[in-house]
Amino acid sequence: MSKISRRRFMQISGSLVAAGAIPGAGLLTKSSFAAEPIKLGLLHSLTGTIAIAEAALVEAEKMAIDEINAAGGVLGRMIDPVVADGASDWPTFAEKTKQLLQRDKVAAIVGCYTSASRKAVLPVLKQSKGLLYYPTYYEGQEEDKQVIYTSQEATQSVISAIEWMAKQQGKTFFLVGSDYIYPRTCNKIAKPTVARLGGKVVGEEYAPLGHTEFSSIINKIKAAKPDWIYSTVVGGSNVAFYKQLKAAGLDGGKQKLLSTVVSENEIDGIGKENAVGYYACMGYFQSIKSPENEKFVKAIKAKYGQDRVVGDPMECAYNSVYLWKMAVEKAKSFDVDKVVAASSGIQFNAPEGKVAIHKTNHHVSKKIRIGRARTDGQFDIVFESGVIEPNPFPKL
Amino acid sequence: MPTTSIKEAIVTFGILVMQLFNGLSLFTILLLMALGLAIVFGLMGVINMAHGEIMAMGAYTTYLTASFFERHLPGLMDVYLFVAILLAFCVTFAFGYLLERGFIRWFYHRPLDTLLATWGLSLILQQTYRSVFGAQEVSVPLTAWLSGAWEPTESIQLPLNRIFIVALTILVTLGVWLILHKTRWGLRARAVTQNRAMSSAVGIDTNRVDALIFALGSGLAGIAGSVFTMVGSTNPGTGQLYIVDSFIVVVFGGVASLLGTAASSFLIAQMQTTLEYLMSGSMAKVAILLLVITVLYFRPNGLFASKVRA
Repeated sequence: MSKISRRRFMQISGSLVAAGAIPGAGLLTKSSFAAEPIKLGLLHSLTGTIAIAEAALVEAEKMAIDEINAAGGVLGRMIDPVVADGASDWPTFAEKTKQLLQRDKVAAIVGCYTSASRKAVLPVLKQSKGLLYYPTYYEGQEEDKQVIYTSQEATQSVISAIEWMAKQQGKTFFLVGSDYIYPRTCNKIAKPTVARLGGKVVGEEYAPLGHTEFSSIINKIKAAKPDWIYSTVVGGSNVAFYKQLKAAGLDGGKQKLLSTVVSENEIDGIGKENAVGYYACMGYFQSIKSPENEKFVKAIKAKYGQDRVVGDPMECAYNSVYLWKMAVEKAKSFDVDKVVAASSGIQFNAPEGKVAIHKTNHHVSKKIRIGRARTDGQFDIVFESGVIEPNPFPKL
Repeated sequence: MPTTSIKEAIVTFGILVMQLFNGLSLFTILLLMALGLAIVFGLMGVINMAHGEIMAMGAYTTYLTASFFERHLPGLMDVYLFVAILLAFCVTFAFGYLLERGFIRWFYHRPLDTLLATWGLSLILQQTYRSVFGAQEVSVPLTAWLSGAWEPTESIQLPLNRIFIVALTILVTLGVWLILHKTRWGLRARAVTQNRAMSSAVGIDTNRVDALIFALGSGLAGIAGSVFTMVGSTNPGTGQLYIVDSFIVVVFGGVASLLGTAASSFLIAQMQTTLEYLMSGSMAKVAILLLVITVLYFRPNGLFASKVRA
């Protein structure tokens, strides 16, 4: 009697209960009318350094799922979100992807933010036949069979931005970025574009990731006196960069600066008063005037609080869920290969306007906009491009 | 032609002055960052990995104070910073005191365990900030009279907030030096550092001294966190950005030496700003780390070594 340990007892009784329960559960599903829900993985950093940017994406994705479920789900099945925390750590992203695909058996994953996290996930996707919707603007140079890229790649935003800047007065450019793959690739695209338009790059500087001392770079900018600063500084460094620019007398009224990174979400942390007058180039701005967008912003605010702001990555995250749903409905299947095949050419009336998945390259064609930051942290849209086709492998 | 070259010379001179000022500014920022750590590390031999998070606590206190003033006392926004700095000091001082009494003191004579325990504490604090304030950055408004720059000539702009930090750091450093070297309490603290058993034998309450040293170190971190909201960002991970630099300064300067901390932050700051201007930010970091490694190879106790309690 005393030989039976507590663990052993739990094992025996546990398996008895399970054995009793499973047939009952099977009966229950068969007799109920609704089909079993389909699982969708949401994989972002909820903790760690990148959570600053990434946590809000999960909220937008959950909202899209709620909307779809309220309208009857996808192929008659409710979507059941499975949230996983990548913890700003690339091996964790790979580990969680494996878990989502093999243990939770999700139909697809919407997730990742930094390129490093996406690269870490790719081999797992290939091995376990997963499908990832990647909702962040990024540097291009990639076209994976298992990934749908739902935001703008670098050529779409950088070339539009440089062309627009060169049309304004002045053609000298100073490129500032974080020392990371996105800024360096953007500048690789920016430089020949500037040259093609007859402009001149008068400086190119990179600050280490997380850098908070921009005084030396600001002095270099002062010495070079560029007409435009093109900034790809990422993350918390932006707060320091904008504050220090303003303190050094180069505020948005005196110095023209355009960033392809700073959305409404970043301005929240930078401080409205520090960002006023600077430009940003994005696919989506909260201030876009369209019925779709007004509905979208209203829904976000109703769900997550009136003072919430919506930035480009949040909107792309929201679109991703819908693009997956439409592909599944077109394929009439949750099978990854069929969904990928059906994705080609799919169009969605997003809050930013129509976005369409390219026939072959897994990216989306969309419009690009340039906004100027106002005192209330929102953007006045000063430029809107036509629909731009994605070109992840540009010839420069 | 001559007029343009004169103009260029003026601009170059302006940049030179601003670069020197940048070095000075970074020097005071590093010093303020490392001061609290140096005291705790130097006098008590405790490696506090949560020092950065205590700075973040000061930053969040400043944020809360600013929000309170914005909402209830908008007329006094001009002076909120002084209240915030004071509050940040009080809050972190109290936190440091409680932390030492309830946590750190069980880890004396176990330096490696302290390292691990305070690191764990830093993770707990980070997650607490994230749960309370959210993962996003919070924006701390800059007092009106501190935004903008002082322009002695047309080509020289010295940001007012950095001038403020320089002045404040000088005051704080002077204050710490006076406390440690000109008061009875400072005398006791130094006595305990040199010989704990003997100090205890002559009637000094060493437990109390330990707690107050740790509280003072934390309070200094709070002040640093509070003023850095003017130049940097405030988010749950803010502390991590500062902790590495703080440790480099303290280790390079030699523990238990205020002079060493000051000298090392001066050297690192000037090197960082100069090299960053001549090369790039990343290369400047590489050069500084190489210098630190070389110096520590030949002088393992840092530039200004003195005996520390084992």
